[in-house]
Amino acid sequence: MATELVTDSARAEVLRRIRAAKGGTANAEAARAGWGAVERRYRRESTRSRDVILELLVDRLQDYDARVVRALHIDVRAVAARMLEERKAKRMVVPRGLASEWLPDGVEFVVDEEIPAAELDRVDGVMTGATLAIAETGTVVLQNVAGQGRRAATLVPDYHLCVVRVEDVVETVPEAMGRLQATAELATTFVSGPSATADIEMTRIKGVHGPRFLDIILVG
Amino acid sequence: MSGTALDPKTAPTFPMAAKTAMGDTQLRKNVRHATDVIQAKRARVVGEMPDWQELREAGKQVRQHTMENLDFYLEEFEANCTRAGGVVHWARDAEEARRIIVELVKASGSEEVIKIKSMTTEEIQLNSALEAAGIHPFETDLAELIIQLGQDRPSHIVVPALHKNRHEIRAIFQREMNLPELGDQPHDLADAARMFLREKFLRVKTGVSGANFLIAETGGVCIVESEGNGRMCLTLPETLIMVAGIDKVIPRYQDLEVLLQLLPRSATGERMNPYTSIWTGVDAADGPRVFHVVLMDNARTEILADEEARQTLNCIRCAACQNACPVYRQTGGHAYGSVYAGPIGAILTPQLQEMHYAQSLPYASSLCGACYEVCPVKINIPEVLIHLRNKVVKQNTAGVAGFFDVEAGAMKAMAMIFRSERRFRAAQRMGRVAESPLVGKDGWIGWLPGLLGGWTQVRDLQEMPKETFRDWWERRGKNGN
Amino acid sequence: MFPETGKAVVRVLERLGHTVEFPAGQTCCGQMHYNTGYQAEAMPLLERFVAQFKGAEAVVVPSSSCVAMMRDHYPKMALALKDRELQGQVNELLPKVFEFSEFLTKGLGLEDVGAYYPHRVTYHASCHGLRNLLLGDGPVRLLKAVRGIDLVELEGVEQCCGFGGTFAVKNADVSGAMLADKTTAVLKTKAEACTACDNSCLMHIQGALHRQKTGVRTVHLAEILAGEEGVQQ
Repeated sequence: MATELVTDSARAEVLRRIRAAKGGTANAEAARAGWGAVERRYRRESTRSRDVILELLVDRLQDYDARVVRALHIDVRAVAARMLEERKAKRMVVPRGLASEWLPDGVEFVVDEEIPAAELDRVDGVMTGATLAIAETGTVVLQNVAGQGRRAATLVPDYHLCVVRVEDVVETVPEAMGRLQATAELATTFVSGPSATADIEMTRIKGVHGPRFLDIILVG
Repeated sequence: MSGTALDPKTAPTFPMAAKTAMGDTQLRKNVRHATDVIQAKRARVVGEMPDWQELREAGKQVRQHTMENLDFYLEEFEANCTRAGGVVHWARDAEEARRIIVELVKASGSEEVIKIKSMTTEEIQLNSALEAAGIHPFETDLAELIIQLGQDRPSHIVVPALHKNRHEIRAIFQREMNLPELGDQPHDLADAARMFLREKFLRVKTGVSGANFLIAETGGVCIVESEGNGRMCLTLPETLIMVAGIDKVIPRYQDLEVLLQLLPRSATGERMNPYTSIWTGVDAADGPRVFHVVLMDNARTEILADEEARQTLNCIRCAACQNACPVYRQTGGHAYGSVYAGPIGAILTPQLQEMHYAQSLPYASSLCGACYEVCPVKINIPEVLIHLRNKVVKQNTAGVAGFFDVEAGAMKAMAMIFRSERRFRAAQRMGRVAESPLVGKDGWIGWLPGLLGGWTQVRDLQEMPKETFRDWWERRGKNGN
Repeated sequence: MFPETGKAVVRVLERLGHTVEFPAGQTCCGQMHYNTGYQAEAMPLLERFVAQFKGAEAVVVPSSSCVAMMRDHYPKMALALKDRELQGQVNELLPKVFEFSEFLTKGLGLEDVGAYYPHRVTYHASCHGLRNLLLGDGPVRLLKAVRGIDLVELEGVEQCCGFGGTFAVKNADVSGAMLADKTTAVLKTKAEACTACDNSCLMHIQGALHRQKTGVRTVHLAEILAGEEGVQQ
């Protein structure tokens, strides 16, 4: 194809310009050494106690309009039942591999087998687990793994009920990135509160295109 | 669809455009309000971070290190992205990038695209190129939708419709979405956008986006957003076409631990923006089946070649400098004649034009330093502004034209005076003689000629002292105090 | 241009028991040239400054932007000139260069310099003093120690007044709008005088206060600190 030829010479030209601009070609060894020399004097480990970290997470999630309930393992199903009822959710999408003991009776759970987006648009909500949560920023991290599923399923429905285990809560962003490093190539979404915008007069308005309602059950 | 694009090649000079902009009191009020709100939010969440300065320093060093090894990291990104099923293209300039993207959209078989807010696509005026090829772009970011439907132009990097208030936005939506009953509460407007765009998200098969960070180590991409329109465009279409400046690459996944702390707090004053997406190439079970990345130079290598200005490329497009800038806060963004407004625009725009256009922008600053103070990656914008001013002066004073340049003549004359004590003393005396016809009875000057006339638009100038400090000092010495 | 400031600096320093010298050959630090893009023209002024002041125990400059010019740009300029001797002289001299209020607070560790100034005053934090020299609350602490003073806080104290050297004439409209915000804030304090560590900002602010016939004066910080009881101000 003609395009390929053009971009091939474009590639050579852009790289040539870069090398000319810097006066040389970079190599892996120099890059590794230079990267290692970056000063990282910011906080990279947690400084607070577990209880304080969990309280912080709850506070920060609530600050951005998520609803949070803490529960013991054995109570997840009951708490979920209550939250789904309050949201009037009767038909929920769930990813493959979500713990069945979390799912209450009386609600229809549809397992996401590549459900078309238009169909996702018609369910009442989605229920998932999470890979981890970051207390300091009030963030829940989802990945395309069992129990969390593909990205579209947590996006198109208007309501997201997310179960987070306390052992998956970290205090800071660097701790989170450290834990995610091994699965860095997976599709990953950081969710901090329900969809929002600040585009009108710089005021945070809840609810635009993603789920307008986000409930979290913090387990353990 | 789109209004006249912001093009530095045809834009009026900053002082002229600023004068026009400042005549719009509603715009000034909107800009002032929005920048006040965002600055207060930023100050609050930055204040929560005991290690903010350490993060800024790390951010600066990561970006600096990236630029020093840019060729290596781009090739690494390309290899890893390709391995993961992405297709990487290279573009030397805007024209080439537009051509590649238009061809890719056509090849995707779609006559419509859904777009994530991307200043890079604004920079290359992609929408008009798409429209010229018969392809309809739908902007899906709320602010960009407001701009597109209102046939307006972006005035801010993060919040492009910052110059519009809710009433103005309602009027645009009422007209363009045919919703005469629409309310003017922000949630009414957000709901209207949700309804208007949902159908497009579900229908349109091709998405176009920019990028926040390209991760060399994994070949992955990171996109930071608020509304979920980004996630829609990144996951629902069959084909995703992304354009990114070559400056967007970062070395490793771990570097996000710095940048994802700096960017949201600086940009929207949030601890974390609602949605951050990170993914790698193509995943058969999640998202688009076809993924293209266009890596674009468009004068970035020119900036890289200028050691004193290279730090311009460290920018992560948070717009904190715009919100903090007292000049931007008076004029809003359009006066800069470029999609990159404010302090970062004042250094980036002329360099993207290879200094052929927009030479008035490096002077659109009082060098107060508020931009440098808030920059999350510590770009010393005042320093670069001064460096670019020097480039402008060298251009303007080269050859015969320089001989007739009034400002350059005055500057050279003054420099000559300052180089000699005798001439300096004489100038102090001469100054009093020269100004005397202009000095009023009260010892003040209310009108100055020529280049200096700008001063006396709103200010008076006190006459020069009858006795200089130097004279006083010498008299005092002679009198033995 | 502003002889009263120079006289005040001399008065304060002598009152504190220091000997003041004024090298007659000094002219300008080169800031206007450098910041406007005329770097080549600023180079000889650097050499001149060094020649005039080398050997001084301390160089006290009653202008924050001049000191910022020296600290931020002189080392770079000396490097560009490729003159090793000059580079050495600059590096030796710069740590001895102080902005006036900085000399008092950081150099001498003083807050109370024995001044008397019975007026309502508001303080404007000049950008270069605030952001380049990091003067912080030094000037305010000096003012608070002045007897008789009625010090009122200025709203938007850290906002630029819009001077910016040639910016004020090249972008006269924007500069004028920034200045209008500043004078509005000054008038709101009902102060008799607005003070700062930099006469360029003050000349700018004073220009508008005079045009608007407000009767509010500007006065350099040194002139307030030079005030003494029984002396007419």
